[in-house]
Amino acid sequence: MESRRNPRAVVDPKVRQVGFFTSSQPDSSSSQLQQPDPISASASSPPVSTISPSGNSLSPVMIPPPRHNSSDAFPLRNAVVASAVSPSSFSYSSRRDFPDGSTTASPGRHSRGSFVKSSVPVASSLPGIGMDSMAAAKSSSVPASGLTTVSVVTMPPGLSEKASGMEVESDHKKNSKPLKEKTTKAERRAIQEAQRAAKAAAKVDGGKGPAVTSASVASTSAKAARPAKPTSQKNDVAVAAGAAEKKGGPSEKDRKKDAPHPRMQYDDESRVVKAKRRAVVKQTEAKNRVELFRHLPQYEHGTQLPDLETKFFQLDPMHPAVYKVGLQYLSGDISGGNARCIAMLHAFQEVVKDYSTPPEKNLNRDMTAKISSYVSFLIECRPLSISMGNAIRFVKNRIAKLPITLSESEAKAALQSDIERFINDKIIGADTVIVKHAVSKIRDGDVLLTYGSPTAVEMVLLHAHELRKKFRVLVVDSRPKLEGQLLLRRLIKRGINCTYTHINAISYIMHEVTKVFLGASSVLSNGTVYSRVGTACVAMVASAFRVPVLVCCEAYKFHERVQLDSICSNELGDPNAISKVHGREDINYLDGLTNNANLQFLNLMYDATPSDYISMIITDYGMVPPTSVPVIVREYQKEHLLV
Amino acid sequence: MDFQVVILAGGFSSTLFPLVSKEVPKALLPVANRPVLSYVLDLLESNNLKDLIVVVEGEDAALKVGGWISSACVDRLHVEVAAVAENVGTAGALRAIAHHLTAKDILIVSGDIVSDIPPGAVAATHRRHDAAVTAMLCAQPVSGPSESGGSGGKDKTKKPACEDIIGLDSWKQFLLYIAKGTEIKKDTRVKKSILCAAGKMELRSDLVDSHIYAFKRSVLQKVLDQKPAFRSLKQDVLPYLVRTQLSQRSDVFSDQSNVEENGNGNGKNNMQNNEVVLSQILSNASSPSFHQVYESGLDSRKTHKCCVYIADESKYFVRLNSIQAFMDVNRDVIGDANHLSGYSFSAHHNIVHPSAELGSKTTVGPHCMLGEGSQVGDKCSVKRSVIGRHCRIGSNVKIVNSVVMDHATIGDGCSIQGSVICSNAQLQERVTLRDCQVEAGYIVCVGGEHKGETFARK
Repeated sequence: MESRRNPRAVVDPKVRQVGFFTSSQPDSSSSQLQQPDPISASASSPPVSTISPSGNSLSPVMIPPPRHNSSDAFPLRNAVVASAVSPSSFSYSSRRDFPDGSTTASPGRHSRGSFVKSSVPVASSLPGIGMDSMAAAKSSSVPASGLTTVSVVTMPPGLSEKASGMEVESDHKKNSKPLKEKTTKAERRAIQEAQRAAKAAAKVDGGKGPAVTSASVASTSAKAARPAKPTSQKNDVAVAAGAAEKKGGPSEKDRKKDAPHPRMQYDDESRVVKAKRRAVVKQTEAKNRVELFRHLPQYEHGTQLPDLETKFFQLDPMHPAVYKVGLQYLSGDISGGNARCIAMLHAFQEVVKDYSTPPEKNLNRDMTAKISSYVSFLIECRPLSISMGNAIRFVKNRIAKLPITLSESEAKAALQSDIERFINDKIIGADTVIVKHAVSKIRDGDVLLTYGSPTAVEMVLLHAHELRKKFRVLVVDSRPKLEGQLLLRRLIKRGINCTYTHINAISYIMHEVTKVFLGASSVLSNGTVYSRVGTACVAMVASAFRVPVLVCCEAYKFHERVQLDSICSNELGDPNAISKVHGREDINYLDGLTNNANLQFLNLMYDATPSDYISMIITDYGMVPPTSVPVIVREYQKEHLLV
Repeated sequence: MDFQVVILAGGFSSTLFPLVSKEVPKALLPVANRPVLSYVLDLLESNNLKDLIVVVEGEDAALKVGGWISSACVDRLHVEVAAVAENVGTAGALRAIAHHLTAKDILIVSGDIVSDIPPGAVAATHRRHDAAVTAMLCAQPVSGPSESGGSGGKDKTKKPACEDIIGLDSWKQFLLYIAKGTEIKKDTRVKKSILCAAGKMELRSDLVDSHIYAFKRSVLQKVLDQKPAFRSLKQDVLPYLVRTQLSQRSDVFSDQSNVEENGNGNGKNNMQNNEVVLSQILSNASSPSFHQVYESGLDSRKTHKCCVYIADESKYFVRLNSIQAFMDVNRDVIGDANHLSGYSFSAHHNIVHPSAELGSKTTVGPHCMLGEGSQVGDKCSVKRSVIGRHCRIGSNVKIVNSVVMDHATIGDGCSIQGSVICSNAQLQERVTLRDCQVEAGYIVCVGGEHKGETFARK
């Protein structure tokens, strides 16, 4: 599709006139949602000095100048490709270090300890099962009975210590000043290094040029993922300067750090074997894979779920909420970018709620490690969407930015409210703003086409209907998920006039359509819309019919990555989903061919729509042309992480 | 994982009459010389479930079970034993210990199962669907002696053709109907609303309820509180939950969700609005189960889900709830399902304890077990049988398809087929037993020839 793209002018000049406006509206709305909060106030320090974890490096993406023709745009794009693959976008896939298994003890144990008798005498500890107790139990006919502990596990010393530590912690909460943290080895070393670097910086004059320093700041900050270093702010600056000094004679380590993390390529066998060893979910590689997509993970879909289910109680370090979300991803109970992201964030909230710092550990570091391990589990269940990646970045950043002076309970409360705010502002708040903008584009008599079941578009349609606009909706759907049917059901229930068709018929119905509303999984910084497979087709047909294509996408789904095709990064679904039709045993022509060497199934989940086919992107910062995406990414990414 | 495990170990069951006695409650019946309860505990331990509550009927039984657990599992498991009054039923037993249940979900395991189905699977299914109850179903176990096993116990193998009638939805995820096969005489009632909502119901008689359930604690406790007449989990509570899964006019379940909403909502209009949008996004994202479809049709009603987990057919599962099952389990654990026994088998596929003494010309066939310190005389033949510890067996004895418990004495020239000899029982010379059960301590007189009898003191 990309190769045949002819250098065309802008599709619909009428829509293009709508400029990029960062109206004060969303700002005011977000600020009204924002509660005054000491943490955010302290966190919003000058952006230069903040060393961000993995995320808000100075974006290497430049805004391409307004395109006159494609020939001069192409070299620029190439440059963008080279530079934009920043390590940050992959940072969350690498860490897998599980913290020690003993960290999750059942919280019920201690409360239950009250009635546990440690001695063996059975009969004496049983409450009387006589008539009097029968009378006492008012609702139940059966007398309550006591428990007798007959067998006790002697707790490993670490565990009991931790438990007692927990109690101590809660006692100490009153005097809000936390105990002085014992600096760990890594911290001491960081401080030492910083001091040394500062000395060296003083010796050599700083005439190296600010460009070099800032560049290296960017690179180190990008790589300083999960720093969580409790070193104070001024030390951070020194570290950055020190790194800049070292740049002169680049050590092997540094160079390795600078190189972007290669995304796991699943055609590299040795790596796959290694990854499998660490994996929680048992993954059997699918046998027949399409050559072009060998670098993507594809597993036998039948085996994963039962295997993970049997391990339910064995995954000690896993938090139940995270486990549940993982199961739901794996079984497909939750799909859709927003829903997956919200489910994950809710799980993380639970994690934070139940968290207690193990002894001799730092909350910032340990919690980051924990979240990382959960994330890697979730990745095993289903590859992350870009929106989730951004949300994870946000969470990790918030953890890293927690002031060291906060007590554990305060820190937990702050984190929970941060996550809550992310959901409310960046997802739900964004949707309401998008709805407000998009509704203004719907006029009476419009015929709107939508594809699949995008949440934002659904809200737009429902809101427009509430405003008594008269329009008709064409729901285009595709196998195997048939998500459009669910959307259709909900729209019809509200009394919206709908037409339902499959994507095969798109070219026949497009001529009556006046506007196309699409959802997106992500919008990349070259304006490419990464979305449910089939979206590109719809957008292309629409632009061929000169129908404006409007993409509704929350800004938290934007990403600085640049992608030109849908091959290098995609997700492969269950091949059985396309070879079988549920409930139709009569259409089983492909039965028994699943493992035939001559047959490969390809069930792609996403595709990339080139920006040429998109008239406008409606986001929480307003309605922008796809060329303005990098601006939003550059200007607001920092804000995303800080909220 | 926020699960509490309750093992319902029963008491002195009457269906297992001559085997179970005052000395041996049901939970301690030996299966391949280990109490049946140990199989459950092992299964749970291997799944990393180490905090258990064992509920035993009757104080004597509780003392015995507790004593055994404390000797066998000390330092491995954290077990608490609760004694409840006899004949309160499974629901009554849970009612009695209800105030000890604190976790979000409760896993209830019958104490008499011998199985290798991981209980985690049930729990995971339960969590995934956020169900009120999840039941584990498994394929009907093969019962009766294996074909090559001769004619032993043919008439006892006649089981009711179908134990449970189970209705599933078309995805085999939800439980729509459950009844005991014996209860259904001619016609039965199925809720119309459930049928309408689910569209299709698949009735299965080849599955049995395995008595492993995951319950949401709040739901379970409410049902137990509100229905004091319910005695059995399987016959009362589970069918009730299944029946009422779509229609909850009663406020059994609705108020709990209200509480949750209020807890999050903080009373702020804006916040609540967000909550609504949030739940909408989440529910729209997933393909709805018929519960949700039904719920959206009728706003006021709340539904709960009754899920099932259907175990793989390759897994082994037997409940020790009859004498026949007892024979089957003993046979399988040292035979087909020998990975459950935890013993290491010799090259002849049998286990003969090194301290056991065998006379000359005595053969111990495959799938046999000879306990510690047992003595077997000359010219004996042991086939497919389990012999306990310190048994004395005379010469010329033939034991086929039988279970001989600890300290039994068997005289010369006896022939035992398909029978159970309980501990300390004594068989005098030349006794021929076929499909008999001998109570503990009973003495069978010289030269008797018996078939299908039960020996017990009146």
